[in-house]
Amino acid sequence: MRNIWTIAKREYDHYFISPIAYVVAFLILLTTGIIFVVNLYYYIQNAFQSFGQVPDISPVTGSFAFLLVLTIPALTMRLIADEARMGTLELLLTAPVRDFELVTGKWLGGFLFILSVLAVTLIYPIILNGIVIGSVTILHPMVTPGIDRQLMFSAYLGVILVSASFLALGVGISAIFTNQIAAFFVTLITFIALWWLFGFPVDVLQPGTGQHIFQYLDMKTHFYNALGAGSISISDLLYFVSLTALGLFIGTTAVEVRRWR
Amino acid sequence: MIRVNGLTKDYGARRAIDNLTFDAEQGEILGFLGPNGAGKTTTMRILTSYMPPTEGSALVAGYDILEESMEVRKRVGYLPETVPLYNDMIAVDYLKYMADLRKIPDSEERAYETLEMVNLGDRATSYIGNFSKGMRQRIGLAQALIHRPEVLILDEPTIGLDPAQVVEIRNVIREIGKDRTVLLSTHILTEAQQICDRVLIINKGKIVAEDTPENLQSRLMGSQRVVLRVRGETDGLAARVSKVKGTRDVETKPDGSVEFEFSAGQDVRPQVAKSVILGGFDLLEMRPIGLSLEEIFLELTRDANVTTKVS
Repeated sequence: MRNIWTIAKREYDHYFISPIAYVVAFLILLTTGIIFVVNLYYYIQNAFQSFGQVPDISPVTGSFAFLLVLTIPALTMRLIADEARMGTLELLLTAPVRDFELVTGKWLGGFLFILSVLAVTLIYPIILNGIVIGSVTILHPMVTPGIDRQLMFSAYLGVILVSASFLALGVGISAIFTNQIAAFFVTLITFIALWWLFGFPVDVLQPGTGQHIFQYLDMKTHFYNALGAGSISISDLLYFVSLTALGLFIGTTAVEVRRWR
Repeated sequence: MIRVNGLTKDYGARRAIDNLTFDAEQGEILGFLGPNGAGKTTTMRILTSYMPPTEGSALVAGYDILEESMEVRKRVGYLPETVPLYNDMIAVDYLKYMADLRKIPDSEERAYETLEMVNLGDRATSYIGNFSKGMRQRIGLAQALIHRPEVLILDEPTIGLDPAQVVEIRNVIREIGKDRTVLLSTHILTEAQQICDRVLIINKGKIVAEDTPENLQSRLMGSQRVVLRVRGETDGLAARVSKVKGTRDVETKPDGSVEFEFSAGQDVRPQVAKSVILGGFDLLEMRPIGLSLEEIFLELTRDANVTTKVS
């Protein structure tokens, strides 16, 4: 287990000297920042209208999750593919490190990086909460609980689970390839399939003709309609946990297959 | 120690190594000599548990490479042919990372110590990406030494180095090899001659010869060839040498020297010397021409038939 941590730590440190990681962090934070500001403006404008409502954090977490589809392939593509290209994989595979420890360590390193970026966005719910409490108190002298905390918790959990499963699949695919560009595109296509393509048959097919299978596979349903909207269910948790396990399993198997080639 | 028994590896239809059997003891430096593509790297990769063999077995440091791979890996230091380095790390961090993976306590201290061993102490905080070829080779060696392994497997450790660095690395290896088992591959014959206690010549996946460098030389020489030089006029010298019983293949070289051969165990040099001096020649030199390891190597790897001749 200590090996997993050693490898994860080196990967995590590596992100902070990697231009791609900075571009990813910048892209995610800039976009979520703009979306937060625009939404806040919209809520404030509508607050004085009859259809005004209490703002929540879902625009930020929703766009964060969506951006993961596009950015995680860039973060995971080199994880194992590049080690294979540079020859350092030979080093790791002859060190007393089990194959699954290597793959899990790589995954954990990426996961900690995404968590760090996600932690920065926690500033938005804090600001939002302050505004809600402050404005309500000014307009009406009554006690307010602030923003919807359960929604916030569930949406953040959703983003964490989406990134865990995406990263695991990305590491798994990276283990199959020696060329990181190939790994990037295959990862991106896989994510696009999970996020959009599986959703199409759900609308087209009649119930009872396998529609529910696509419905279960469709990741955005598990996120936007469930965790991202504030409802936590075992079925959704199981979906993300099994995808993560599948990704790590693919990675471990691919590393083992390399030995036998 | 290393015990290899009937090791075979197929890449698809191609047989990379074929039924290799050899041993290496503690305190021994075993040289693995062969042309490119002979199967040296494949053998090393199998012994380091990087890949499994198709057939056969091997014990490294007392553990089976397949059944007890983790124990083997703990006890083996390996320098692959392409030195595995992270260019974006500084030297000491790289070694610390390796030490951490091997669960060495005080990994940073160990990293500095090992850098000193390969004379890179003053470059501890330099980026590996900026290192010269020789420095990369040395830090690669440091990585293989970080856990002070019982068995050291080095794939072409001196390739691409300048002569001064080669000497330096060889010294390091010889020093380390005193109380460890070292298996090193090379295609530089003088290197094998200089640092190895025993040499294993491998060609097309098969062992074609195995012995000490010296024995290898003498075993191949069924007959001894000698060059003979005299001062001044050399007319009639060859004829005189031919007359001595036991000499054959007498040849006058363009520079005036005469070469002849005699069967091993039938030393005719005293007789030749006497005859030459009695013939009124001023004998300057009589020197055996040893077959260099280089010639042996070419001889052995030219075709497989030679195998029978050697063993």
